[in-house]
Order: sequence, then C-alpha cells, then structure tokens
Amino acid sequence: MSTHALRRVFVWELPVRIYHWLNALAILALIATGLIIGDPPAIRSGGEAYESYWFGWVRYIHFVAAYLFFFNFLFRIYWGFVGNKYANWKNFIPTSKAFFKEMWEVIRIDIFLAKNKEHMAVGHNPLAGFIYFLTFIAFMVQVFTGFGLYAAMSDSFIAGLFAWVPAFFGGDFALRQWHHIAMWFFILFAIVHVYLVFYHDYVEGRGEISSMGGGWKFIEEEAFQHEETREKEKV
Amino acid sequence: MIQDPPTRTRPTYFEELKARGHSRRDFMKVCTTLAAYMGLESSGVAQIAKAMETKPRLPVIWLHFQECTCCSESFIRSSHPIVSDIILDQISLDYTETLMAASGHAAEAAMHKTMEDHYGDYILCVEGSVPTGEDGAYCCIGGKSAEQILQETAAGAKAIIAWGSCACNGCVQAAKPNPTHATPIHKLVSGKPIIRVPGCPPIGEVMAGVIVHVVTFGTLPELDGAGRPKAFYSKRVHDSCYRRPYYDAGMFVESFDDENAKKGYCLYKVGCKGPSTYNSCGIIKWNNGVSYPIQSGHGCIGCSESNFWDAGPFYRRMQSFPGFGIEADADEIGLAAAAATGIGIAAHAIGTNLRKSKLINNLIAEGKESEKEL
Repeated sequence: MSTHALRRVFVWELPVRIYHWLNALAILALIATGLIIGDPPAIRSGGEAYESYWFGWVRYIHFVAAYLFFFNFLFRIYWGFVGNKYANWKNFIPTSKAFFKEMWEVIRIDIFLAKNKEHMAVGHNPLAGFIYFLTFIAFMVQVFTGFGLYAAMSDSFIAGLFAWVPAFFGGDFALRQWHHIAMWFFILFAIVHVYLVFYHDYVEGRGEISSMGGGWKFIEEEAFQHEETREKEKV
Repeated sequence: MIQDPPTRTRPTYFEELKARGHSRRDFMKVCTTLAAYMGLESSGVAQIAKAMETKPRLPVIWLHFQECTCCSESFIRSSHPIVSDIILDQISLDYTETLMAASGHAAEAAMHKTMEDHYGDYILCVEGSVPTGEDGAYCCIGGKSAEQILQETAAGAKAIIAWGSCACNGCVQAAKPNPTHATPIHKLVSGKPIIRVPGCPPIGEVMAGVIVHVVTFGTLPELDGAGRPKAFYSKRVHDSCYRRPYYDAGMFVESFDDENAKKGYCLYKVGCKGPSTYNSCGIIKWNNGVSYPIQSGHGCIGCSESNFWDAGPFYRRMQSFPGFGIEADADEIGLAAAAATGIGIAAHAIGTNLRKSKLINNLIAEGKESEKEL
C-alpha cells in the first residue's frame, strides 16, 4: 500500500463553475420542455381555451432557457480565451500530436480499462476535452436549428439573425427533425458525463465530483514531480 | 421594368379592356380587386391603374410537365370571376396546354412566335416538375423532352414562375425513390429570376396575386430565402390558425373520433403540420374563402413545404426516421440508444471494479489508515 500526499489545485474558476451549472440547468429545462413540446401530454379536455395557457408557458420556458443557453455558451467561448489554463480553448481543440497521443492513453486506461492504470490529467483529459468540443458543435447545431425555428414567430433581432436557417435545411420539417435528434445527443451525453464523474472520483480519489462546487481538486505530489520532469524534458 | 412604349401589337391592359367594351368604372373595379389580391393597401389601386394604363401587356407562356393540373384548376377558380377573366383574357396566355384553343402544330407555332417576338420579355409559368431520368423520356410533348422545352423557353423568359409544389420541390413524384428523377425548376434553370409558389395546389388567389403583380408592375414581388413571395408565405399556417388558442392552452385532439375533435381542439397531436408550413391557408382559405383543411377537422399536411411526402406520416407528430424502418421515430431510436448506453455503463462499472481493484483498494486502505490516525 502506498500513501499519497495531496496538494490542493484550483482547477475550475468561479465563472467556469457558474457556466457549468447554468448550462446544466438550461439543458435540463430545454430537454424537459422540448420533450413536452414534441409530444404534449393530454392534460386538459374540458373548459375554454382562454382559461389556460399551460402549453404556452412550456414553450415560453423553452425559449427563455434557449436564450440563457445561447448567451451562456457565448460567454464560455469568451472565457476559453481569458480563463486559466484548464479553461483554455486548447483543452478542446486538438492542436498537437501529443494531444492525440494522450487521447489514446485515456481511451486505453479509462475505456478499455488497462489493468490498474490511471492517467495524470488534472483538468479536462484530452479525450474529455475533445468530446466537449463535439458538444460545442452540438450546441451550435441546437442554437442554429432552434433559433431558426423560432425566427418565424419572433420579431426579436437575435432570432432574426437565424431567419436564413430554415431555407438552408430545406424547410421547417427537416429543421425540426434535426433539432429533435440533436436533443438525444444531449441526453446521452448527460448520462455518460454523470457516470464518468463518479468513475473518476471513485478510481482516482481526487474530489472530481466536488470540484465543480468549490473549484478544487486534490492532486498527488507525484503528479507535480511528473509534470516537472516533463517540463525538463521539453527544455 | 418595361421601358418600350405600348404598340399596336402590344396594347396596354386598359386599351384591351376598352376595346372589349368595358367602362373606366369597370377598369377601376378590376384594379381594386387586383390590389386586394396583391395584398396592397388602398393607395396601391392607383399604382395598378397607372401601370395598366401605361405598360404594354406581358405575354405569358404556361407550360405543363409532370403534374395533375390542380394548379390550373385552383387558378381558374380564384374567387372573383373578373380576375380569371382578366388573367385568362388579358394576360395573353399565348400558350398553355390546358386552356388554349389551338392544338398540335398551330399551338407549337403560337408558342414559338411568342418566344421570338417577345424574346427577353415574356413570363414563363411552369406547372409540374421535369423528369431528368432516362434522358427525359418520362415526359415528352411534341417530340421534345420536358427539359428541352424548359431550357428553350427559359432562355428568352423575363422571369419564371414555378407553380405548385411540383415545380418548386418535386412534390409526390420526387418522393423516394423518385423513379423518374423528377426535378424542380430552380435546379435546372440558372440565371433567371424564379418565383416559387408552392402548394398542392397553391391557393388560387395567391396565384392570381403573384401573376398580377408580375404582369402589371413588370417586377418580381418581394421574395423570401426560399424564393417564395413574402406577401403569402411569410407566416406559418399555425400562426394564423383559428385553433391556435387551443394549442396554447394545451387542449389537443387525441384521436379523430374523440370528444376533443368534436369540440374543435388543436390538431397538433394528430399530425397537423401547420407549425412547420408556410402558407396563407388560415387567412385566404379555399373555395372562395369557405374553409381550409384545419377548419374541416383535418390537420395540415404541409403540402407547400419541400419534401412533405417523405416527411410523413401525416397523422403523427413525430417524423419517422430514414433507415430505421417505417415507424421508428427519433424518440424511439434515442430511447434505444439511452438503453444501450445504460448497459455499456453497467458493464464499464463492473469492469472498473474488476480491472482496477488494486487502485481502488489502495485508495480505500489509504483512506482507512488516515481515518485511524486522526
């Protein structure tokens, strides 16, 4: 048995954490309301139409959450240029051979479960980073298709920017279909994301789950030495 | 705009009407009706009157390819008889298979005369899609394929009006597997302004409004990104639906024979495509403004949208997903994927405990050790 001396590392800055939870909230609201809009339950079958507006409210929540999601996403892109090194855009877009090499390492260790191995990434590991990059693309698909559908019923300037989208996709039928399919990417992502957070916490014992609360992770002393030797090798 | 002055061969609309014994009062009535069709405000009447007094009338060639003539049928039934009179008598429909008196070589000669005499000036109306499969053998008229006729006539056209979903997006004959390679007009003709007037058929009044705009002003109406006149296609059927309050209140027809259907609730859940369809059905309506599908208790099938046959089924909200059988929709596929993900996660969790037992046990032992020391 080996013991580890742990050092506190500030990984997720406050803006990143706020972004994360606003995003989670918006996505949950969007999926819940989106599923209802796609297939509304049979709640009312009596009375007059003017007595209720529940479906209108569901749609309203969807649109409000969409705006929140959109601006939150824009903010995160900005923060990818001004945030700390764990928030930087280079965590997400592969720019070097080493990125791919490490990505393969992560696949070997975490997906194919190489026996009793763990990797040393502190922030996003390269595979996770790359998958977040794919989610950003899914974010954009959702923003474009969603606001494209919304443009016809809105006079707002922002929705108007997306008025060209329906024609690009060949009409609202196709647009709606893509918007609906892309939602499932978010659902599958959320399932795997939550599982992997638990997995990393369980296997690595670095406080993965709580890191999105306080921003801290607890990293073994060896990791710092490992990083130092890597720096020296580079020089 | 047409600059050349009226001539004896091309009189103005007003001169034509006068020659037929109509008074100026009749003429002004016509102008008012036309302004209403174009969706203009009352000051637009004067613009139309001026245009019809000063501009020579435009020759029109109206071609029929792969279609059922429902566009023509709709058009000649547009609500006010004087409009069809105006259009059929006055716009000098020089060639149209369905309505012209001439036939055979005489008809062909009339078409060619118009093409030569008014090269660059005539309006080409096309009803139907063009089959490009088998060298165009699926649609031939007078020994020429539809595509040859289209290219010949389009060359000298001032503008092209694509009537109906066939000409705009291929409609039913372009649905999968599209055996004849039915192709909409805008994919075959380039370099000419094309007005797309989709619908199966388009509303007669919409057709009248579009063609009257073109022939009176000699300009195209304002078009949207898909080449459709904004005056008639900028709003969804859903936005002008009189059942919309039921939608917002979440009061839906669950099946066509239920109590909710009798009460006239929203048809969203039985497949109404109104929320995805851009058309004026809810405002202009059909058969002289009598009704339209939703008012008659049937959902919109989205006939004026591209690909509406393949985007079915008509009586379900969710589209079936290509490649996964007829009935599988995005939600069913998504649920299956989520279940597969769940199984994968369970397998991964078991695998983790087996393969990483040393690491995990180390962490547990280390934690217990520290717990004792405190």
